[in-house]
Amino acid sequence: MRAVTLTRSLSEVWCEAEAVRKSYPNSFSDQIVADIYGNAEQITKQVLSNKGSNRSSIDQKIDNLVTSKWLGYPLMLLLLVCVFWITIEGANIPSGYLSTWLFAFQDQLTLWFQWIGAPAWLHGVLVLGVYRTAAWVVAVMLPPMAIFFPLFTLLEDSGYLPRIAFNLDHIFKKAKACGKQSLTMCMGFGCNAAGVTACRIIDSPRERLIAILTNNFVPCNGRFPTLIAITSIFIGSAIASYSGLINAVVISGMILLGVGVTLLVSWLLSTTILKGEPSSLILELPSYRRPKFGAVIYRSMIDRTLFVLRRSLIVAAPAGAVIWILANLYIGEQSILFTMAHALNPLGKLIGLDGIILMAFILGLPANEIVLPILIMSYLSTGALQDFGSLDELRNILVLNGWTWLTAINVMLFSLLHWPCATTLLTTYKETGSKKWTFVSFLIPTVIAFTACFILTQVVHLLGLL
Amino acid sequence: MNLSMEQKRVLWQDRFGISLADGQIGVALAGNPNVGKSTIFNALTGLHQHTGNWPGKTVDNAQGGFQYQQKSFVLVDLPGTYSLLAHTVEEQIARDFLCFACPDVTVIVLDATCLERNLNLALQVFEITPKVVVCLNLMDEAQKKRLMIDVPSLERRLGVPVVATAARQGVGLTELQEKILQVASGTLQTNPHQVVYSSEVEKAVKHLLPMVGSLANNALSPRWLALRLLDGDSSLLDSLSNYLGVDQDWEGAQCAQSR
Amino acid sequence: MKNTEQIDPLADLSPGSACEIVSLEMSGLLRRRILDLGIVPGTLIRCIRRGPSGDPTAYLVRETLIALRSEDAAQISVRKLLNGEECV
Repeated sequence: MRAVTLTRSLSEVWCEAEAVRKSYPNSFSDQIVADIYGNAEQITKQVLSNKGSNRSSIDQKIDNLVTSKWLGYPLMLLLLVCVFWITIEGANIPSGYLSTWLFAFQDQLTLWFQWIGAPAWLHGVLVLGVYRTAAWVVAVMLPPMAIFFPLFTLLEDSGYLPRIAFNLDHIFKKAKACGKQSLTMCMGFGCNAAGVTACRIIDSPRERLIAILTNNFVPCNGRFPTLIAITSIFIGSAIASYSGLINAVVISGMILLGVGVTLLVSWLLSTTILKGEPSSLILELPSYRRPKFGAVIYRSMIDRTLFVLRRSLIVAAPAGAVIWILANLYIGEQSILFTMAHALNPLGKLIGLDGIILMAFILGLPANEIVLPILIMSYLSTGALQDFGSLDELRNILVLNGWTWLTAINVMLFSLLHWPCATTLLTTYKETGSKKWTFVSFLIPTVIAFTACFILTQVVHLLGLL
Repeated sequence: MNLSMEQKRVLWQDRFGISLADGQIGVALAGNPNVGKSTIFNALTGLHQHTGNWPGKTVDNAQGGFQYQQKSFVLVDLPGTYSLLAHTVEEQIARDFLCFACPDVTVIVLDATCLERNLNLALQVFEITPKVVVCLNLMDEAQKKRLMIDVPSLERRLGVPVVATAARQGVGLTELQEKILQVASGTLQTNPHQVVYSSEVEKAVKHLLPMVGSLANNALSPRWLALRLLDGDSSLLDSLSNYLGVDQDWEGAQCAQSR
Repeated sequence: MKNTEQIDPLADLSPGSACEIVSLEMSGLLRRRILDLGIVPGTLIRCIRRGPSGDPTAYLVRETLIALRSEDAAQISVRKLLNGEECV
């Protein structure tokens, strides 16, 4: 790059300009903006003619409904429930198919490995470890993501999303955060990593950081199967005829708890380590538009599919290898996995879990959806990720290993509150550019999860409920 | 700013992360948020696009390509901004790209349903570069709201081609490409309307002009530079130092004497 | 002496009424962003609706609906339109 020789340096020019600026009683900046708008107004007046009211009555009518005092919140809640329901129900069948095909292919892989006479350990690491884990992630994560995010994009396209921020801002104001955080939390329901990236919509760096650090308290698609399975077994089955409803209530309760923790932690951060200028909100509420279904859904699905595939290859596959090795390499009588779980047992018991559950969560760092399979694998000592045939089967396994209703609640609590998955941590690092804040994003949920489970366990014991 | 094809290619790749091949026409896409910029981007580039981040920033960057009349174009989707007065990272990125990357054509997408506010950005872009095509989008929405815009009149007053589009319906896109080509090749000469400021501002600008004159070595309009200085925009000077190598000693906005 | 020109904070405006911006009292980034949206002295602004809990409030300015919190709107001074002209 050629350096340009000047008669004056930039500093001289800057200081001269500053002198001129300060000699003006008002603000040049304000005046400049006002002048540009003055020009714009002039031009517009001459070319625009308005044959009717610009504010479409449809916009008004819809807004009257969705931001109204009585209907606003219920409608939002209803929308949330619908989105969840469509995602969870809609994902079941494709997940089933994917599972069947991918695991059938695993059997084929096993055959090939046998054909070429590969050693058992190689088969173990590559097929039972790498492939199986990656396949699991794809089968569990792909369908819900391919449904949730297109739905979300449709809402965004239609113009409704800012209304959510509009309705919820006052709550976030109390937590000294930004109303737009509600939108990043919504994204977090699909995937916490996506939620962290979505925090770019928040302008203030301080508020953006708060939103990033607390995004994990919203359970992502990967944690839902675990929460639903455990709820169904231990709580829903208590009153068989109403199990569906009870499950829904409990899950909703967990989500509300997550939201509550988010607000509380946001407030705490705002008043301690992330104190700063008061937050403000400038939110544009666009007109409602009929979303363009075809292109939107197509593009969103492709993006999400690629994301899940990439994640399963980069994060889950290596993790699968590690997990298989840990579970199948023996120190004396026990596998490394069991040795570590045994060592963690006292800590686990203290917070109402056990060593194996804690181990499963730790090994589930790469991807939350493999926590339950690792758990089952460990309890059954099969050495490879395991699925459960039916809920009854799962209940038997868990009860046989000492689970009580308290264990179940603690596991759900821990799942909700614990450290973010590896992808989320990586994304946090990318977005914040800071190792320190990434570590904080790991630390805060971990401390809260341990504390919450500990307190619950001790209280229950103290009250003699168990 | 006159750069050789090679220099430009290197600049675009290294500083902005955009791949520009020989003979390709570089087109910047600017506009307010929510105006359908991405619809236009997607409509023109289809699957020939990829997204990433602007180098060193956590802001989305999308670039894509399209062909028209046997010419190859690279389309760069700038962040949606309300203004170029550079108070946020997005505005800074958009401004730096328009000023220092010097795209062959800049397309400004306006929302026909709120023309006044959108013109704010357009008028600011006019002060930076004359090679502009205005895309008046969301004409279908404007029609629903019974807004009539006299497009030829707007074209006359703005001094640049104005193409009415309804990108979601795919209306007007071919004409947009045509105008882009015409402005890029020089077939169509533009004379963008320059903002007329109030007298105090004009006076101050005149006062600063002699000093600012050769500052950017004719890479940037001196008048616009003077206005930015009056605005108190030191980030522009940072960028001047950064991109043009002007005054390597510049360390930031400090004054020898304090008032 | 009767004050014929009443200047109020924008936050006091009730839904449905329109007024003209007189001045902005806030500073910093908030001020810049408000200005960039075209909320400058002399602009017409109309209060459209309040959020379900009373805050924030949506205002119509230059054909755009912008939501502001009450403490921010309190820093914008406006003059009521006396003849109730329908211009926003």
